Amino acid sequence: MAADLQIVNLTKEFESFDQPGNKVVAVDDVSLDVEKGELVTLLGPSGCGKTTLLRMIAGFEDPTSGDIYLSGQRVNDQAPNQRNAAMVFQSYALFPHLNVLENVVFGLRLQRLPSSEVTARGERVLELVGLDGLGERSTSQLSGGQQQRVALARAIVMEPSILLFDEPLSNLDAKLREQMRIEIRQLQQRVGITSVYVTHDQAEAMSMSDRIVVMDHGRIMQVGAPLDIYARPRNRFVADFIGKVNFLTAQVSGPKQARLLDQQLIVDDLDERPLGQEVILTIRPEAVNLRTSGGHLPGQITRATFLGGLVEYEIQVDSLGEALVVHDANPVVRGLHQVGETVELELPAKALHALVEG
Amino acid sequence: MPRLHRAKRELELLRRDPILLALLIFIALAIFIFVIYPLFEVLIKSLQTRDVEGLTLANYERFFTTRYLRLALRNSLMVGFTTATVGVFIGYIAAFTLTRTNAPGKPIWHVILILPVISPPFVSAISILMLFGFNGLFTRQLLGLQNFNIYGFKGVVLSQVFTFAPIGYLTLRGVLSSMNPVLEDAAMNVGATRWQTFRRVLLPLSLPGIASAFLVVLIESLADFGNPLVLAGSRFPMLAPQAYLEITGSFNLPLGATLAVILLIPSMTAFAIQRYYLQKRQYVTVTGKPSTSSSKIVTRSMQWVLMGILGVFALFIILFYGTILMGAFTLVWGYDYTLTLNHFIYTFSVGFEAVKDTLIVAILSTPISGLLAMMIAFLVVRRTFPGKGALEFSSILNFAVPGTVVGIGYILAFNKPPILLVGTLAILVLNFIFRYMPVGIQSGIAVLQQIDPSIEEAAQNLGADSVTTFRKVTLPLISPAFFSGLVFAFVRAMTAISAAIFLVSAKWNLMTVQILSEVGSGRLGVAAAYSVVLVVIVIIAIFVIGRLVPSGAATSIIQVQD
Repeated sequence: MAADLQIVNLTKEFESFDQPGNKVVAVDDVSLDVEKGELVTLLGPSGCGKTTLLRMIAGFEDPTSGDIYLSGQRVNDQAPNQRNAAMVFQSYALFPHLNVLENVVFGLRLQRLPSSEVTARGERVLELVGLDGLGERSTSQLSGGQQQRVALARAIVMEPSILLFDEPLSNLDAKLREQMRIEIRQLQQRVGITSVYVTHDQAEAMSMSDRIVVMDHGRIMQVGAPLDIYARPRNRFVADFIGKVNFLTAQVSGPKQARLLDQQLIVDDLDERPLGQEVILTIRPEAVNLRTSGGHLPGQITRATFLGGLVEYEIQVDSLGEALVVHDANPVVRGLHQVGETVELELPAKALHALVEG
Repeated sequence: MPRLHRAKRELELLRRDPILLALLIFIALAIFIFVIYPLFEVLIKSLQTRDVEGLTLANYERFFTTRYLRLALRNSLMVGFTTATVGVFIGYIAAFTLTRTNAPGKPIWHVILILPVISPPFVSAISILMLFGFNGLFTRQLLGLQNFNIYGFKGVVLSQVFTFAPIGYLTLRGVLSSMNPVLEDAAMNVGATRWQTFRRVLLPLSLPGIASAFLVVLIESLADFGNPLVLAGSRFPMLAPQAYLEITGSFNLPLGATLAVILLIPSMTAFAIQRYYLQKRQYVTVTGKPSTSSSKIVTRSMQWVLMGILGVFALFIILFYGTILMGAFTLVWGYDYTLTLNHFIYTFSVGFEAVKDTLIVAILSTPISGLLAMMIAFLVVRRTFPGKGALEFSSILNFAVPGTVVGIGYILAFNKPPILLVGTLAILVLNFIFRYMPVGIQSGIAVLQQIDPSIEEAAQNLGADSVTTFRKVTLPLISPAFFSGLVFAFVRAMTAISAAIFLVSAKWNLMTVQILSEVGSGRLGVAAAYSVVLVVIVIIAIFVIGRLVPSGAATSIIQVQD
């Protein structure tokens, strides 16, 4: 069976705003398949082309080249109102002149369904998003989180073949954002609706997605499951964008072995490479073990920041250019190290990862 | 080449939305026929003469060699610049007092100040005639002057200042109230005195707005037809009435067209400067949050001085309208001040045809004009299509084209097949539709630009096509602009004269034309009665339109944000 959404060699060029005549490539030769029931996140910094890609799927932007298939059918030439793709907008885009229920059933009304069915379906979806009984309210009387749910209800009531999210949580405060992540994900899995979700928040992407598509400068950098992307980033950009990371420049010194300064490190996922070749290793701050003796590298603590559940240390290793960032968990029990203290760093073989691209 | 490529691409996109495409073609065609083509006809006619075949510059030669005609241009410009200077000065004082002080009774001031906007533009001219004319109440009855002559420069300027200063006021009010008073607080906080704050902060910030208001008033003054016709007199020729007289008096259509083209030049220049230079330089400090700062820029005593100046101006307005009201109930103004209902009886019996015709024309043209304006605003702001700039420009072009020019254009363009309209109701309705659309378009564009486009995208995303999106989402959202577009179109359809005077016929007459002809035959009482009826109809209409258009925008035209 074909994927629910297929994107084939999609490119979008805009005319440059400040230099007319020049082209800006917003989306550069992107191909992607999204399977039925899957939630795929497009993740990247602002300007990476993720929103443009989403808007092309919805039909609001016209691709310069390439094809889009929804449920196996090419939709390039369909106007936005003909596509069976429902969108949840960043600003919610609720109709201010309609009440909650009227907003939710706006699309159903257009299909000229019997009005009893329209109301019944509208109310069922309001219940699904936890807004039962609020149908008569004006949208301006709702809190930000409730408005978000109305936007969501308005999209899923259409029973679209694909649901598109354009940074839907970016207008909510941090606590509500975390709660809505869980709710949206649960609802999406319960309804089993294929979804594409745009965000620049890596925590949001990791907590919600089946797969993450990391984008930069209009190109796909890496596609994979959240853990895969976090643990095994392809390149510097992906490693750096998904959370904090330390880069170490080492030389290949044997099978699954690399030399860093005078230390032999075991790197479990190092593929076969010529001896002596330079290799960039990554390790996440929480994977580095702090010890008083017997580690791979000695260092001196130059900064200690207490963050509650963990302490972030900046540790200077002699003859290594940059300082390393290390997270030490559970400081209440384990205590704090002081600035100026000397420590040993242990780099576990399982946590080290060799970048495929420099 | 890339431009052509883009146009081709945009056309391909339009093919997806056939209703939109059809609408676009319809609007473009309508604008071409009823806006562009008549102007073109005026230009061609000005290059012809009655006795020579082909095109010639003879009319322009005649203009430059005839002292009287040159004088008309000079006088029009002189009056225009004087009216604009005085009008903007008064308008600024009014706008400043009502937005930057704690003057009591702001809503009442506001209503008095905009009264001239909703009346025929020559009501003050008739009042001036009744008060200061040869048999004027002041000049003859009270002061006993035998030879006082109000006609000419002073009469026209006096009348125009009262007619057009309110437009200056409304423009500048918008400019001043969009400036955040926190800026003034900031200036005073760093040690500026009140005068320095005004001189160094508020005045420079409002300068582009002042220039813009000046040009708008100048355009109105140049295009004004009623006031000059009543008050200029034969020794003070002016362009707009002269073009009319050349055509109706001397039957010299080509020379009339030539004067029209010459009138068009300063108007279009002012329009171009206003639109393409000044509008981009206005400082608007929009913060999204309502500013709660109460301005302390004016001392109490200064506030009284400003209110004094405003009071004198408002008193004159009240005096003028009081005079009209009195005149309507007076047997023969200047000779016999017995109270009577005769003028109203006449207006509602023999003279009722004109009232009825005017209402029909206004009621037909207003909704079409308002709707068309909103559609054009929607297309211009929200859709891309080839020739968008040209469509926007030509749709608001009529804002700057004097009515005289449009009127001449219409009789030239539509007195022959394929479109034979002269003498019909249609020519009046069409004229009003396309003449008074620009204000609706501009306010529609302004409102639409502040509305998040994703609201309309959401409608499309839920399955609405362009027409449904417009009807169900856009139109309700821009109803304040729709309302002001409708009100403007109706008020202008009721009060317009300059183009209409060329287009009325025995069968279809208008109140304003009737008023002028009553003034011409010295029946000021009847003219006054018509004017009173007209103003009452307009006020009723504003409230009715307010009821019909939801959103509670009804009060927006007379609204004061306190």
